[in-house]
Parts: sequence; structure tokens; C-alpha cells
Amino acid sequence: MGNKQTIFTDEQLDAYQDCTFFTRKEILRLHGRYHELAPHLVPLDYTNDPDVKVPLPLIVNMPELKENPFRDQIVQAFSEDGLGNLSFNDFVDMFSVLSEMAPRELKAIYAFKVYDFNVDNFICKEDLEKTLNKLTKEDLTPEEVSLVCEKSIEEADLDGDNKLSFADFENMISRAPDFLSTFHIRI
Amino acid sequence: MARSVNFNPDSHHLEAEMESPIDEAAVHDSFSHLIEEQVQGFPNALEMDQLELDDEARDDVGYLVNPVMRQEECHQQGDPHIEHWSSATLRILSSMPSRTIGRSRGAIISQYYNRTMQLRRRRQSRPSIRDFSHSSRPSIRGYGGVESDLGDLHEEETKRERLVNNLQNLSVSDRVRMLRAMPLSVSEKTELRHLALWHKERSFSRSNIPCCSQFKYYLIIAARQTWYSWLSLLSSLQLWQTALKTVSGRFGTGVLSYFVFLRTLLFFNIFLFSVTGLFLVLPQAVFPPVLSNTTGLSGLELLTGGGYFTESVMFYGYYTNVTLKKDCVSKESISSTLSEVGCHGGLSYNMPLAYFFTIGGTFFVTCIILVYTMSKLFGQSFRIDKSQSILAMKVFCSWDFKVIKKTSVKLQSENISTLLKELLAEISHKKGEAPIRQRLGRISMHLLAWSMCVGSILACVFAVYYFSEYMYEEFRAKYSKSSDSPSLLALPVVVSSINLLLPGFFNIVASMEKYDSPSVRTYVSISRNLMLKVSVLGILCYHWLGRIAANPQSLVCWETFVGQELYRFLVMDFIFTVLDTFFGEFLWRLFSQKLLKRRRKPVFDIARNVLEMIYGQTLAWMGLLFTPLLPAVQIIKLICLFYMKKTSLMMNCQVPRKPWRASQMTTIFITLLCFPSFLGAAVCVTCTMWSIKPSQSCGPFRGLQTMIQSGKLWVKQLESANSNLAWLTWVHTYLVENPVIFLFLTAMIFFIVIYFHTQVVDGQRKIITLLQHQIENEGKDKKFLITKLQAIHEQSRPLSSQRIRGTSEDSSYY
Repeated sequence: MGNKQTIFTDEQLDAYQDCTFFTRKEILRLHGRYHELAPHLVPLDYTNDPDVKVPLPLIVNMPELKENPFRDQIVQAFSEDGLGNLSFNDFVDMFSVLSEMAPRELKAIYAFKVYDFNVDNFICKEDLEKTLNKLTKEDLTPEEVSLVCEKSIEEADLDGDNKLSFADFENMISRAPDFLSTFHIRI
Repeated sequence: MARSVNFNPDSHHLEAEMESPIDEAAVHDSFSHLIEEQVQGFPNALEMDQLELDDEARDDVGYLVNPVMRQEECHQQGDPHIEHWSSATLRILSSMPSRTIGRSRGAIISQYYNRTMQLRRRRQSRPSIRDFSHSSRPSIRGYGGVESDLGDLHEEETKRERLVNNLQNLSVSDRVRMLRAMPLSVSEKTELRHLALWHKERSFSRSNIPCCSQFKYYLIIAARQTWYSWLSLLSSLQLWQTALKTVSGRFGTGVLSYFVFLRTLLFFNIFLFSVTGLFLVLPQAVFPPVLSNTTGLSGLELLTGGGYFTESVMFYGYYTNVTLKKDCVSKESISSTLSEVGCHGGLSYNMPLAYFFTIGGTFFVTCIILVYTMSKLFGQSFRIDKSQSILAMKVFCSWDFKVIKKTSVKLQSENISTLLKELLAEISHKKGEAPIRQRLGRISMHLLAWSMCVGSILACVFAVYYFSEYMYEEFRAKYSKSSDSPSLLALPVVVSSINLLLPGFFNIVASMEKYDSPSVRTYVSISRNLMLKVSVLGILCYHWLGRIAANPQSLVCWETFVGQELYRFLVMDFIFTVLDTFFGEFLWRLFSQKLLKRRRKPVFDIARNVLEMIYGQTLAWMGLLFTPLLPAVQIIKLICLFYMKKTSLMMNCQVPRKPWRASQMTTIFITLLCFPSFLGAAVCVTCTMWSIKPSQSCGPFRGLQTMIQSGKLWVKQLESANSNLAWLTWVHTYLVENPVIFLFLTAMIFFIVIYFHTQVVDGQRKIITLLQHQIENEGKDKKFLITKLQAIHEQSRPLSSQRIRGTSEDSSYY
């Protein structure tokens, strides 16, 4: 290509291309977006792999995430330090999994993490209740919420422990053809 | 509740017993023996862990309790207490495989995927609370290695090495695919990749490879680099990326699917145009034939395609039937069997053959692409097991993450809550069978609506039939001299207005009926529209091929005339779409908001718009044979349509209220594009080529009996030139000449393949039900084992707290 960019080495761009679903151009564009979030924090030269993390409040202000009720959960699912701060690698990873080309299994893994509020590797009734309240913006009455949660767990729970393990979740997702198109953010 | 323990120290026997679940008592007893051993073996561990118990218990034990048990406890005790699982139980529970996230299947690579799983399972086992990290991401390095002593580290390193080893032994595409699909963080993936590639390069440079293999290796690297740069180029061409993002941000996935479909059709047409342009238009434009008479340019051509355009590259009649030769004066026509006179050398280009093979080739390639896309989409969206989990799916899959505009997000949550309430109402009060009278009333209403629709379609078909005949007679009588007159536009106008008005009529009729669900309503409306369009197109095909082509009488060149007709239809279709967008959306919005004082804007009717596009594309495909430049017209039309529809959408429409199952609908649309649309066009073209006599005085197939004869003659020529190819003529004579055998064979093959596949699908369905039963049984086993485990630990603990456990030892626990 024409212009020589100095943000990443070629080796780095190749690595990104192999490990994510983005091409070189898209990685550079993503870097631009990442830099926009915190211009003072994010260096323009990533050739020596700086250890820079953008804090959670800045990330959830992105237009793609701002109005999403699950924005905190999404960012935390991809955050290495567990507090919601994303390094550039995490940032790229997040949008790569949420892109069009990510396979169903990969998306299911991270979707499970998004909906698992208490990080115990199960989606229990409380997790579901929180999900529902975020989805409907507290429009349903508590009885309705409780009823929906119980019925959902009843439907999806295969091994009968009254909460959804990852296997139950994945099994249910595999029957929903719309999952791939809804769990998708364009950047 | 202590059972008599069967002391069975032989591990083989244990395993054997575990494998035969029939003898359940023996299995469970020997397992509990195992647990007993463990308990007796680590008394210290128990005591030490008591200190940690409270922290852990507070932290996550609460979530191990199910509502049923909690209720039971409440019932018994009168206050909700968290069950105290002993820490050893917790330890065992936390190292259960079901705690692991991210299973994956794969024939070739499952082996080292399991290794990655084991690594992660090791790392995710419960450390003490101080070392607990809040990150929910799996990591090879883990949470600070609470359990890592030297032995564990060593084990972890070997597993990682084995993983890297496996990665480096894969092919490049496999490795890339594996790396991308791994649910690890990007930094770890890059490290793995670096290690794998580094090892590979080292092994390459170390070994004494002959120079050609090393050359091959460098060639592969170079090929990969070019492939990456090609991908970057393609992605930079990503057409309308920002526009699509705006649309999806405000309207969601449903409306977006229309625009994505439009873009797909645009790419199809670009492909068609580039092929025909390269192989047909360009050679003919470079060697223009001698024209008989040229008319001047007037504005009407753009609409009718006649006049100036008649004798241009646009239509069939312009193309010569000779072999174009460069650097050569004399030209040979394919129907003559004389050997070449005079010139040898230079490039020669057999126009009729090129025409025949280009058209055939484009149809073939389009067919393959369509069938492949369709089957891929089918695989994604239709599942073969029939179980329902509607509510859970709605909760997890209905939030569209693409929507980013605040008002749309608010609307989306409202939609979801309405949907959930409706579903709840449906589930809670299971509607019993409606009374007979009501059902009869509904059925009769449906029958009435269908008869009205079918009747109107038949009326339109007859109207088109008689009107087309009348218009053609009139044209031949009065305007046979010039090929251009405004009256030619009458038929396209009539057909386009039918296509515009009748769906509205269908909508009105459908509003009278009562449907079970909105998706049934959508399917019914799509099928009615489809019936209309198929019948209208069918009657037009008969008019062109059965009437005009059969006895062209006063027409000099019937193919050009048919090509012009198709051009007219396409242009009229576009004009009417513009009018419809303007009146249907813009003015209707003004009307409804100002006059009717409705708060809601009109809704974008996705199904109708997609069907319109499919209709236009059918016309383009049918016209390809007669008008090689028709894809260019279609390209211009689609680009204008995109911007027009997008602007109209932003200004006039609102987010749809009803849920739209985007992926199923996309599959249906691609199927409709493939089956009635493309197949119909292909059948038309094939019939034309096979059986209809081309014009005598124009076009690349003049003088031949059928268009396909050009291919036959070429094969004969090849055979006379080179006798080795005699088998080709044999194949040709016996298979292609005799269409019945040919069709019969192809149909047989298809049916056999389909039959095998249905059998496979049936078998898989059975396996799915079996596996579901198995999972249920495993769940019961798990429950049983955990309660046994806990019971044993309880027994071995000095004093339990206020729990009364012995009596309530049944499967309602946990």
C-alpha cells in the first residue's frame, strides 16, 4: 500500500491479522478510535508495545457502547485486569469477537460472560433478573420478571441444576439463528 | 443414611463398575469409598480450610443454592440460610469441568484444544480469596498461581509447549483459523503465534532442506503477504460501510438486511457486467460492424431503448456472427466450412462462440455462487431439532447490539418488554381450542381472502395477456418502420402499476384476517406477492418467447426487440419505485402526521421492498442474453436505489414495532433469489438457446437453426481438426442432443443425493434426542454425587450447625 505507517511494525500487524478478524487497515482504524478515546494517554507509536490502559468510563462513552445496557459487562468481559480497563489488545479483541466474522462458539463464550453478572460461571436466577431489568429498563413488574426468569431457566436448563451452565447456554444459543446477527457491533 | 461401603480398592474394577450404570448401587458405593479415602487422607486440609470457608462461603456459596432448596429451608427454618458446603466439597465442585468456559469441537484439532481447556481448568480452580482476581477472562498464566508449585508449573509449560507444537504443525489457514477461534486474549494468542512461527522457522533453517523446498517456503510467505494486501484492498472497498452503520444504528438488523441484500445484488451485477463487458462488449466495440442506418439521438431512447440504441453495443443485433481477426482483412463466418483464406497469425476471436460461452458461463457461475450462499445460510438458520426454548432465546438473543441511537434503543427496550409480556401471557394462559364457530369463521375468512387475492392475480394475468397482444399488433401495424415510439411504454407502465397497486390491495385484504403470529402474516404476504410476480413474469415470457419469437414476421431483429422490452421494463420499474418512495413514504408521512394527526411515521416494509429488488434482478438476468449491457443499467439503478431508499428511510420511517427475524428472512430471500428468480431466468434463457430460431439477419447466431448450434459446430470443427476429441462429440450426441436422457440423469442424481441427505438428517435428529436424555441423566448423577459427598463430609465434621440434614436427603437437594 502507499503510505508507510509508523504506528505498528509489520510483524505486529501480521500478528493482529492472524489472531483477530480484522485486516491491517481496520487495525489502524481501530487504533485511531482507541487514540480518540484518550488522546493524552494513548501513544501514537505502538512499535514497542506500551503498557497503556484506557479506563472504563472513557470506553463506555464510545458511541457504539454508550446506549447499550450491557456496556459495563461487555467491557469487563474483555478486560485483562478485571476492572474494566482495556489495553489496545483487549480493545481489538472486543471488537473482533463482536464483529461479523466471529464464529458462533466464540461469541457464545463471551456472551455467557456478559450475562454472568456475578462471575461464577453460571447464569443463575439473579443474573437473569439483572439481565431482564437492563433489557426492559425496569418496565416489567417484579412478578413478571421472576416468572420470565423461572420459565427461561426451565426451558434452557438441561442438567437440572436450576441454573444455566455454559453448556446449557450454548445449546440454547445454537437454536437461535438470530444470535449471530444481534450479538454484533459495527465499528 | 450411611450405606454399607463396599471396599473395592482395585481401580480397574472401579472403572469397570462406573461404566456399567445398570448396577448403580455398586457404582455409587465405590465412589463414596473414594471420597472416604480422600477425607481420611487429608484431615489437616479440612481444618486449615475451615478458616477460609467463611470467606468463600459468603462469596459464592450463595449461588450454589437453588431456589427450591432455599424455599425448603425457609419453610423449615423460617429464615433463609446459606447452606454450608464443606471446603473439600467446594474444591471438588469448583474443579468440575462444567466450570470451564469455552468448549470447542473440531476433528483435527480437538486434541490440543482439550489441552488448552485443561490449562484453563487448572488456572480457574478456586484459589483463596486473597489471590482471587476479578478478571473473567481465561488466561494461560492464571490468577497469580496460588496452586503452582514447581511440579504444576512444569506441567503447565509442557502443555503450552504441546499446544505450540501442534500449532506449528498445522497449515497456515488452519493455524489462523484456530488462533482466531480461541477464546484467549489477543496478547496470549500473539505470543503463541510468535512461538509457533519461530519454532517453525528454526526447524526450517536448521534442517538441510533442498533449495527448492526452501524456495517453496519463501513462495508461501510471499503468497501470504499478497493475500493479506488483497484482503486489505477488498476491505477498503467496503462499500457504504458508514451508511450501513448509520442505518443499523438507528433501525436495527431487520432494515439493515434489506440494504445488505441490495449490496449483494450490486456485487452480482458488477460481476456480470465485468464478464460480459470484457468478453463481449469490448471486442465488439473495438471491431464495429458496418451499420445499415443510424438514427439520431433523441431523449426517448433512455426510456424505450430504441432509436439510437438499437444499433449499438447494447443490444443483441449489433453483434456480428463472424470471427473477428486482428491484422486480417478477410473474415470467415462460422457456418462456412472453407478453410481459412489468406491470413494466418494475429489474434482471432470467435464472436458467436464467445457470446454463447460467456452467457452460459456467467449463468453457471452465478448458479454456483447462489447455491453455495443459500446452503451456507440454511445451515446457520435452520436447526433440525424441534425443541422449543422461546422465552430463554428471546431474553438472550433479542437485544440488537448494533442499535446505538438513543431513541431507537429506548424503542427497542419497549418492544422487548411488550414481546416478553405477550409471550408470558401466551404461556401462562395456554389458549385452549377456540370454539368451533370462531375457528370456522376464521377459516372462512382466510378462504375468502385467498380467493380474492388469487382472483385478482388471475384477472391481472388475463389483462396483461390481452393487452400485450393488442399493443404488439398495434405496434406492428402502425410503427413497424421505426423501432421507437412512446406507445411501447404502455405495457411496462401497466405491468409496473400492477406490481405497485396489487400488494397494497393484498395488505388491505390481510388486515381483515386474523393470524396466529406476525411471522405467519409475513410469510403469507410474501407468498401472495411472489405469486403475483411469478405469474406476471410468466405471462410476459410467453408473450416474448412464445409469441414474438415464434413468428417475428415484420420485425427485423426480434432479439433486439425483446432486449429493448426488458430494458423498458427495468427502467419503468425504477421510475415507479422512485414514485412509490416519494408518494408512499414521503407524502404519506406528511399526510398521516399533518392531516390524520398520527404520531407514528410509516414503517419500512422490508418484505415488499426485497421482493421488488428480486423482481428487478430477474428481469436483468432474463435480459442478459439479449442485452449484454443490461447489468450496467441494473448497477446504476441499484446505486440510485440505495441512496434514495436510505434518505427516505431516515426522513420518513420509524423503527419497526414487530420483531423481524433477520437471519431467517435473509435465508428466505436468498432462496427466493435462487429458486423462482434465477431458476426461472435460467430456464427461459436455456429454452431460448435450445429451441428458438434466431433471426436471420442480425446477431451473432444469424443463419443457424438454434443458438446452441454454434457450440455444436465448434465441437465438430474441433473434432475434424483433432481426432482425439471424438469422444466429445459422442458425449455431446448422446447426452446433450437427447435432452430427455440428460434431464433424467441429472434429476436422478439430484434425487439420490437429496435422499441420502434426508436420511442423514433423520439420523442426526435421533442422536440429538438421545444426547438430551443422556445430559438429563448426567445431571441427576451429578446431583446425587454432590449430595453424597456433602453428606459424607458432614458426617466426618465434628459438629454441624443448626442443619437437620439426615432426613431430607432426597434429590430435591441442590
